[in-house]
Amino acid sequence: MSADRMAGAGRSNKLLRALLYSVLILFAVYYLLPLYVMLVNSVKPLEEIRQGDMLSLPTLFTLEPWAKAWSSAQIGVQPTGLKPYFLNSVLMVVPAVTISTVLGALNGYILTKWRFRGDDVIFGLILLSCFIPFQIALIPAARILGMLGLAGTTTGLILIHVVYGLGFTTLFFRNYYAAFPTELVRAAQIDGASFFQIFRRILLPSSAPIIVVTVIWQFTNIWNDFLFGVSFGDFDSLPMTVALNNLVSSSGGVKEYNVHFAGAILAALPTLVVYIVSGRYFVRGLMAGAVKG
Amino acid sequence: MSFLKIEKLKKSFGRVEVLKGIDLEIEEGGFLVLVGPSGCGKSTLLNTIAGLETITDGTISINGRSVNDLHPSERDIAMVFQSYALYPNMTVAGNIGFGMEIRGVAKAERDAAIARVAETLQIGQLLDRKPSQLSGGQRQRVAMGRALVREPQVFLFDEPLSNLDAKLRVDMRTEIKRLHQRMGTTIVYVTHDQIEAMTLATRIAVLKDGVLQQFGTPAEIYARPANLFVADFMGSPSMNLIPATLDADGADVAIVMKRDEGAPLVLPYAKNVPELAARKGEMVVFGIRPEALTDPDSADRNARHVSELDCDIEVIEPAGSDTFAVTRIGGREIVARLRADAPIIAGQKARLAFNLDKAVLFDPQTQLRIA
Repeated sequence: MSADRMAGAGRSNKLLRALLYSVLILFAVYYLLPLYVMLVNSVKPLEEIRQGDMLSLPTLFTLEPWAKAWSSAQIGVQPTGLKPYFLNSVLMVVPAVTISTVLGALNGYILTKWRFRGDDVIFGLILLSCFIPFQIALIPAARILGMLGLAGTTTGLILIHVVYGLGFTTLFFRNYYAAFPTELVRAAQIDGASFFQIFRRILLPSSAPIIVVTVIWQFTNIWNDFLFGVSFGDFDSLPMTVALNNLVSSSGGVKEYNVHFAGAILAALPTLVVYIVSGRYFVRGLMAGAVKG
Repeated sequence: MSFLKIEKLKKSFGRVEVLKGIDLEIEEGGFLVLVGPSGCGKSTLLNTIAGLETITDGTISINGRSVNDLHPSERDIAMVFQSYALYPNMTVAGNIGFGMEIRGVAKAERDAAIARVAETLQIGQLLDRKPSQLSGGQRQRVAMGRALVREPQVFLFDEPLSNLDAKLRVDMRTEIKRLHQRMGTTIVYVTHDQIEAMTLATRIAVLKDGVLQQFGTPAEIYARPANLFVADFMGSPSMNLIPATLDADGADVAIVMKRDEGAPLVLPYAKNVPELAARKGEMVVFGIRPEALTDPDSADRNARHVSELDCDIEVIEPAGSDTFAVTRIGGREIVARLRADAPIIAGQKARLAFNLDKAVLFDPQTQLRIA
């Protein structure tokens, strides 16, 4: 009888599982649909899109739109394609992510392992910066960049993104290091290690998971930023997101949807790569910790 | 001459005073154990000696040199932490050699020192492993190795055995004692376990609420506890503390204890003690350790002063090596320690011998020992 009941339980379990999977697959399809539309239409000639069926596979496969979006499409007034702006974004994102991550790690280290009077207040203030809407800071930021002579430069954009990112990176590292045993720091102090030696030799080697999280977060945010880019960027410093907007909204002539789709995918590609590459390291780091205890 | 000397040490965290003027000293090669319940300030005291906590007032000196303003690494100390605090990303050898590496000791010299320590602690086969691959006992050894390799003037141990299981704890306790006997380095050791304190120490400091309760040899602390707190805290099972009244006949003093039924218990305590006799009629607390309260056959034959009395036995607890019997005097549960095969039965009367040489008296008001 109990065997019967177990068999029954097994059956209903399977049914539940099938239901669960079909719902999940449905959601996945729903979310992937836009990507599918973008991909399919970015490799079609424009005429095919004009005929109306956005969902059908291309009858004539072409990479022309990709090439055009990358190197010769009209962005604003110049027919440069997205290439120079892609470079602008890389030159902005890499230093901004690096600097804000390093500073956040140092802040977290100090706020947890070198406590001082009023450190909670300082942390609270840093945290507060996470809640300030970008728009409020635009005019003061413009003033400061002007005063520093950094208006319209990539350096200026890096500064803005570092300052804005600090709240989050500090929060991530502080919470991570709060769980890091203080006795290790004390042991290293007795061993004679200096402030930076302790950080580099003791804390950093154990920080891989939180570094990955922070880098993903910062990279995505800064790469995808539009507001600061459009407000403080110049031709030499305009990031990819703004260029994409300019590409899509350039007036005159026909709307080249296939080029727009290719450009949009190009703009989204780096964040996708960061997720795929470091996401795997992230999971691996967590697993290693779980197995070793 | 004292090697480690602590004078009028005070430590406050904000408005909270954690250490309220501690005076301690230990001779070279001594084994000082700081013991007390949690929150008594013993770990803070150890951290101030290490230099990991600043002090509010007072002085700490090691080998005649004040270390108040020295960085932990310059105090010539080594510390073993409760959690072992092994660097998780380094191998065992890396952990032991890290201090030398920081000080810029050459690789060959470092390896030789690591090998020497590994030999002493029998962890040679573990040198290439990471801490996560070690058992609790092995981690403990590595943590000690990291301290040993420094060859410091003072070793500091912060509850090093509290994370081990009971059996391993006893083994490591013996090992620490053996190590101390062989090296003869001064040790300061924090524990909340009074048995560890008794077995390891040459000097014990009992702390409570940031105040030093008693400082003395294990034997002194055990036999002549300074106050009711120390009497109750040290020893297991703890000392029987019985409310009583003093009676005197001239200069001879007797202790009178109430019983639930029948006449009060009267024990002649001491002869010719005029100061005590002057307290005639006053309330006292009569303290007697379980082993000083036993069956007449087991009583100490050399004791000058043994009284035998019939007591109602409520419960007996055979512990293998001994049998503990619970009786009731003065409204308190009293534990007596009898030999294992003592012929007693729960619920019946048994004759118990009180060794009054080992008994002590406390003033219930001041809590201090008066005799």
